[in-house]
Order: sequence, then C-alpha cells, then structure tokens
Amino acid sequence: MKTKKFWVIGLILVFLLLLAGCAKQPAAPQQQAPPTPKNPDLILSSTTSTRDTGLLDVLIPQFEAKTGYKVKPIYNGSGAAIALGEKGEADVLLTHAPSSEKPDVDNGNFINYQLVMHNDFIIVGPPDDPAQIKGIKTDTDAFKKIAAAKSVFISRGDKSGTNTKELAIWKKAGITPKGSWYQESGTGMGQTLQVALEKKGYTLTDRGTFLAQQKNIQLAILMEGDKDLLNIYHVEQVNPQKFSKVNADGAKAFVDFMVNPDTQKFIADFGKDKYGQPLFYADAGKSVDQIGK
Amino acid sequence: MLVLSVIGEGLIQAGKLLITGDPEMLEITWRTLQVSGTATLISVILGVPLGVVLALRKFIGRWLLISIINFGMGLPPVVVGLVTWIFLTRYGPLGSLGLLYTPTAMIIAQVIIAFPIVAGFTVAAIQAINPKMYFQILALGANRWQLLWLMLREARLGLLAAVIAGFGGVISEVGASIMVGGNIKGLTRVLTTAISLDVSKGEFELATALSVILLLLTFVITAVLTGYQQHRRQPQ
Repeated sequence: MKTKKFWVIGLILVFLLLLAGCAKQPAAPQQQAPPTPKNPDLILSSTTSTRDTGLLDVLIPQFEAKTGYKVKPIYNGSGAAIALGEKGEADVLLTHAPSSEKPDVDNGNFINYQLVMHNDFIIVGPPDDPAQIKGIKTDTDAFKKIAAAKSVFISRGDKSGTNTKELAIWKKAGITPKGSWYQESGTGMGQTLQVALEKKGYTLTDRGTFLAQQKNIQLAILMEGDKDLLNIYHVEQVNPQKFSKVNADGAKAFVDFMVNPDTQKFIADFGKDKYGQPLFYADAGKSVDQIGK
Repeated sequence: MLVLSVIGEGLIQAGKLLITGDPEMLEITWRTLQVSGTATLISVILGVPLGVVLALRKFIGRWLLISIINFGMGLPPVVVGLVTWIFLTRYGPLGSLGLLYTPTAMIIAQVIIAFPIVAGFTVAAIQAINPKMYFQILALGANRWQLLWLMLREARLGLLAAVIAGFGGVISEVGASIMVGGNIKGLTRVLTTAISLDVSKGEFELATALSVILLLLTFVITAVLTGYQQHRRQPQ
C-alpha cells in the first residue's frame, strides 16, 4: 500500500541518518592528553573578515590541543565583536579596529591589549578603472577621484573594522560620500566584494579576504601601499574585575598563545603556499609605530 | 561565472558529499535533524493540546489568546533569535543557565517559532470539524478521552498540516539559529547556517550542494508526513 511504502522508506532513511550520526561520534584525541582547565569554555569574539582568512580555523585547534580549552568563536562585524566584549559576553577578543578599541582600553573594559599582526587594506575595482585611480599614492586622493567621477563605490556600512577605516579615509579627504554612486551593502567582506563585482564598483577590502576570494572575484587591485591602509590586529582580554563571569585564565592563555614566537612564525607563513604571499605580517612585541617598516 | 554552472557544480558536489558520506556534512545534517526535530516535537506536545483547548473551550480572553497565537505564526525568526539571545546572554535573565551558543539554545528559539504555528493550525483544524460531529460523538456515549481522540482523528488533515508547517518553519530558519547558536563548527552548525556562511565566504558551489541536501532532507520528511496525512484520502 502507498502509505506503507512511505513509512518504510521514511523510516529507513531516518534510521540510516541515525546510524551515520552515531558513527560520527568524534574519537577522543589520542595525542598527549592536554591539561583540562577548570573552566574549559572560552568565548572568543572576532570578526568575519578574520574568519574568512581561515587563519583561526587552523590556530584555534592548535590552541585547543595545547591548552585543553574549548573555544567558541563568535564572528561578527567589528562593531558587534567589540560590543560583545564591552558587555562581558565574550572572554577574549581578536579585533582590528584600533580606534574603536581604544576607548575600551582606556576605560579598563579591555586588558592585556597586545599587538598580534597586521595586513593591509587595498582598494579594488573594475579592471578598466573608470575613476582612473591606478598609480595614485595616497588613499585619500584615490577616494577623492572616485567621488569626483561618481564611480560606484560599495561600502560595508556595518561598523566593521573595514567600514571604520573607509569612513576615516572619507573624513580625511574632506568628503561626505552621498549619492546613488555610494552604496552600502550591510554585509560581510566576501559578499561586499561580490556586490562590487556585480555593480562594477570600487570597494575597500583587506588584502586577506581579497586573496582568499580571488578566484571568484575578478576585480583588480588598484591602490595599495599607503601606510594609512595598514589593518592592525590586537588581541585583548575582557577585564575580569569588571565582568566576573569571564573566563580570565582561558583568555590569558589565548593572548599568550597568539603572541608566542611559534604562533607568530605560523602567522607569518600563513597563506604563502596557497597565495604565493603571506596573508599577514606578524608583529607581536613591536610598537604600533614600528609596523610596516 | 555562469550562474547555471554554479547550480550544476553544486549538484555534482552534493552527489559527491552524499556518496562519500562526508563526515562534516553528515554531522551538520544530523544536528539539523536533532535540533529541528526536537523543536517540532516539543512544539507539537505543547501546541496541539493548547490548540484543542482554545478551539473547544469558551473562556474570557479566548479571542485575545487566539489572536496572540496567530500573531506568533508570523514572528520573524531573526527577532525571536535576538530576544532569545538577550535572555540567554551571561548577564541576561537566564544567563546563569549557560545556554548561549549551544544546540539547546537553538531548540528553545525554534520552539518559540514553531509552537504558535502548530497551535494556530490546530485551532483552525479543530474548529473546522462540523460542530454536529462533536454532539454526535457525545450522544453515542463517548467519554471525554474518546471524544478527544475521535476529534483529533477527524481533524487529522489539519493537524498534520500543523506539524508540517511547524517543522518547515524551523528547519528552514537561519536567523535565530545563528544568533543563539553562533554557527560554531562541530557544536552548533546546522545546514541553514552553514549555507549562509558559505555564501558570505563566496563559496557558492558548496552552498548550493548543502542546499540540495537540505531540500532533499526536508522533502523526504514532509513526503512521509504527507503520506500519513493523505492516507486513504482521495479528493471528492
């Protein structure tokens, strides 16, 4: 009967999935057993662009194997990533919007604020470069030309680190971007690049995300190298004295991990095999002025 | 990039993932079933009795309660996610439960989404029964439980629609799952949140492959439920 057939097929499929689910129980890690910390759950708040580079997909398991912490990485735009820290809802942060981080460092929300690495922002756009910014030396001049030509420019419009940087450049150039040529995507970097490609527009992006997406995004790098375009990453703990529920030991362990020489070497090499150039430059221990020299 | 080639590539990748039994895909799929299946089950256990009571009993405020249920059917999942997140955050009212970024939190959010759907459809299904039937059953000497059982059987079409609608509502949602689950690999990632992530990373073929798998999964389950709903029913 039809109904019986449905039931049987359905039950078999559900049963198969159940079996698969049971079989998939991950085997306990067999290397030297890592220490089990008292509170193993650690919430790391970071950004979608950091996630998209793939760096944390590799670093987090290394950290977990070494220390026994179980990291829950939560990715948002920088605005939300920092806001989570400000509310004590995360234990440790890896962010790259120093101007947004500064107030929290000053008022003691964040402690153990350590420089980790940097990459840079680049301006990408249609290969035919309608606003003719190729070869321009400063980011503000490039933006001025784009505004003058009213070429399509896609902003992330989401208070992310990239967005904050973009707005700072417009401000320095003395321009308030407005008009149908200036569009806000309200989404992550990967999708914003996609929008820029579709609309043949310019956008500001971090080099890491652009390299990772290059096979899908046929935009050209039209402006790079301005010292102002450095994208600087810090790792910081949420202050346990202000927020009693944070996992301070775990957060400290993560900060220590990010700045230790082995991890730094790993960061400096990350991406070389895939893209021919590293995605990041490792900077732990330097002062911010020394970066890029 | 030809759009059609993305779909084609996606289909091929879906096939590969299924045939090789890709462990990550299986893990995500199994979690999807667990979370949405549990949420639907809880919603049915809570929603059907409430729907029956609302349909059959007269009391002050009945209209208001039904209005609220019907309003709940249209709750945007992302709003449910946001509010649930606020409640579950560490310093929120339920923070001490430590449920944020766990599958349990996702189940809670999905119950909030599915429960009004199931209850609302149940109210309509029970109310659609010819009122004469109610009295007929009683006149034949049925006790309260027999009455209930017979009414439920009579309303089977609508009740199964309630379950299918509730299940459909939660297996397809992504806003609440991402907010309260965090889309953490190996812990709270489900098919919809994985697809959303792959799209944001520009991995459209993989996103399509996972979409195909999700659609297949949903189709199989709703087909089984439909089979039961339509059993021996031919259109008049």
